[in-house]
Amino acid sequence: MKLIVNGEEHDLAVTTLAELLATLDFEGDWLATAVNGELVHRADRSAHSLNDRDRIEILSPMKGG
Amino acid sequence: MLTLYGQELRSRLLLGTARYPSPASLEDAVRSSATEVVTVSLRRETAGGKQGGGFFELIRALGVRVLPNTAGCHSVSEAVLTAKMAREVFDTNWIKLEVIGHQDTLQPDVFGLVEAARILSAEGFEVFPYTTDDLVVGEHLVEAGCRVLMPWCAPIGSAKGPQNISALRAMRAHFPDMPLIVDAGIGRPSHATAVMELGFDAVLLNTAVAGAAKPALMASAFARAIDAGRDALEAGMLEPRDFAVPSTPVIGKAVFA
Repeated sequence: MKLIVNGEEHDLAVTTLAELLATLDFEGDWLATAVNGELVHRADRSAHSLNDRDRIEILSPMKGG
Repeated sequence: MLTLYGQELRSRLLLGTARYPSPASLEDAVRSSATEVVTVSLRRETAGGKQGGGFFELIRALGVRVLPNTAGCHSVSEAVLTAKMAREVFDTNWIKLEVIGHQDTLQPDVFGLVEAARILSAEGFEVFPYTTDDLVVGEHLVEAGCRVLMPWCAPIGSAKGPQNISALRAMRAHFPDMPLIVDAGIGRPSHATAVMELGFDAVLLNTAVAGAAKPALMASAFARAIDAGRDALEAGMLEPRDFAVPSTPVIGKAVFA
């Protein structure tokens, strides 16, 4: 399945958002995730199924003004 | 005491965390400023990377409140989603709402700002809007649910200081009970003193401290300048006069001629 993760295309055999994070080695309680422009809460990642061409954003804290 | 959305704060300086020469200099600046609120942001994490974790730990160790921003967002939907993701990460309803309308001046898109403020306020966010000094926009933001207004005094990072004192004074007069924070454009401690003397409740800074040759010393200078301006306001300042007024009493002065 083709997925767009933080703007880059990946071809991955995953079914849920939690699996995607594990496969790409994203971990940490500081991450926030969104799929197709909608927030997916931390607790909902395991149950959130992904579909071909989904756009996933994975953000983390950064310095800011 | 400054109260922002029910949170009482002793310091009237809110400090940004970007552009410091090193994490250690950021820590030193936060400590010497005595700030209780720092602004932070969110960016894409790289696969397998742990970039955000180190910064997150640094901020947590400082023991200050965080005010996440939506910097870089140019649309309402981007800003709203970024705010929601920031709440997930930082566990706070506070959000410094930026909807940028112009790439060169980083002027806020005030129409999008009001719309995003309304959406976020309805979802329980406590919105700190980065706005202009326009009174009507301020009224719309208050009507949208904002209980703090953060007008610029000059473009972000410009270090120009207050460009329109009359507009800032009018804003203070028009919103007598609303916490007003000057956010953006401050370059020197004297600029901060000037806006505090006008009656602004606090100042939000980043580049003026982070870009100084000695950020921690500049942070301390700003803290003292802000306190000085606030104290002067509370002490009651003289109005300027056109003619001299002798400070030494003339009664009893010797007459030699």
